[in-house]
Amino acid sequence: MQLQAVEPWVILSFCSMIFLVGLFGLLVRRNVLIILMSIELMLNAVNLTFVTFSRQLSDLGGQMSVFFIITVAAAESAVGLGLVIALYRTLRTVDTDEIQILRD
Amino acid sequence: MSGISPVAFYLFAGLALAFSVMTVLRRNPVSSAFSLVMVFFAFAGIYATLGAHLVATLQVLVYAGAIMVLFIFVIMLLSTDVPSLDLGRTPRWFRAAAAVVVAGLFMVMTRVFRTGGGEMAPGPYTPEAVAAAGGNTRVLSELMFSEYILPFELTSVLLLAGIVGAVAIAKRHTRKGAQDATSSR
Repeated sequence: MQLQAVEPWVILSFCSMIFLVGLFGLLVRRNVLIILMSIELMLNAVNLTFVTFSRQLSDLGGQMSVFFIITVAAAESAVGLGLVIALYRTLRTVDTDEIQILRD
Repeated sequence: MSGISPVAFYLFAGLALAFSVMTVLRRNPVSSAFSLVMVFFAFAGIYATLGAHLVATLQVLVYAGAIMVLFIFVIMLLSTDVPSLDLGRTPRWFRAAAAVVVAGLFMVMTRVFRTGGGEMAPGPYTPEAVAAAGGNTRVLSELMFSEYILPFELTSVLLLAGIVGAVAIAKRHTRKGAQDATSSR
C-alpha cells in the first residue's frame, strides 16, 4: 500500500490533538504534578506547530521560537516544582481540592 | 509536504498520542511521568522526521533529560507513590463537559487547519538550501548568534531569574524550621 505524503494540516491536527489531551488533563485532574505534566504536553504540541510551519514556509524563525520556548518551559517547570515542594511543606498535600486556606 | 516519511510520522504520532493519553489518565504519578518521557521521545522523532535536527536533540536533552528528572525527583521527594485516585473524584458532569469542550475545539481547529490560511511567501530556508549551507544545526546556530542574539541573551537573564526564584521558593522555610526544631528540643 502506498501511503500518501504527509500534508501539513495532518501534522497540525495531530498537534491540536496532543494540545487538547493536555487541556483535558488540566481540567479533570486534581494532582498538581499531573497538572504540570499536562502543561508540558500542551507546550510540546505548540512546539510541533512551530516546527511544522517552519518547514512549510521554509523559514527557520519557527525553530528558533521552539528553542526559546524550550528554555522558558525548563524555567517554568523548575519554578513550578519548587512551588509544589513549598505547597507540600505547608499543607502536606499535592491535591488542588485540599488547597483552601483562603476559604476557611 | 515532500521529503517526510509517512511511515515514520504516523509511527511516532501514534506513539505520542497513546502515551499522552496514558499520561493524563494513569492513576499513579510515576507511570504518568514515564509515559510523558515516551511522549517526549516520540516528539523528538517527529522533529527529526521534519528535518529539525537541532530541535530534536534539544528535546531529548532538555525535556526527556532535565525536566523529567526534575519531575521524578519531586515525585520521589513527596513520596506520593500511593496511587492517587483523583480522577474518580472529579464530578462526572465535569468530565463529560471537559470532553465535549475538547472535542468541539478539536473540530474547530482541524477545520481551520484544513481550510484556513492565506498564501504566505516562503522564506529562503528550503530543506535543500539548508543542506547546502551545512545542515540544520549549523544554519540555526549562525542565525541564533546573529539575528536572534538579543533574545538569546535575554534567555540567560530569564534562566538566572528562574534559578534564584526556584531556590528562594523551595528554601523559604528553612530558618523557621530550624527555630522550630531548636525550640521543640
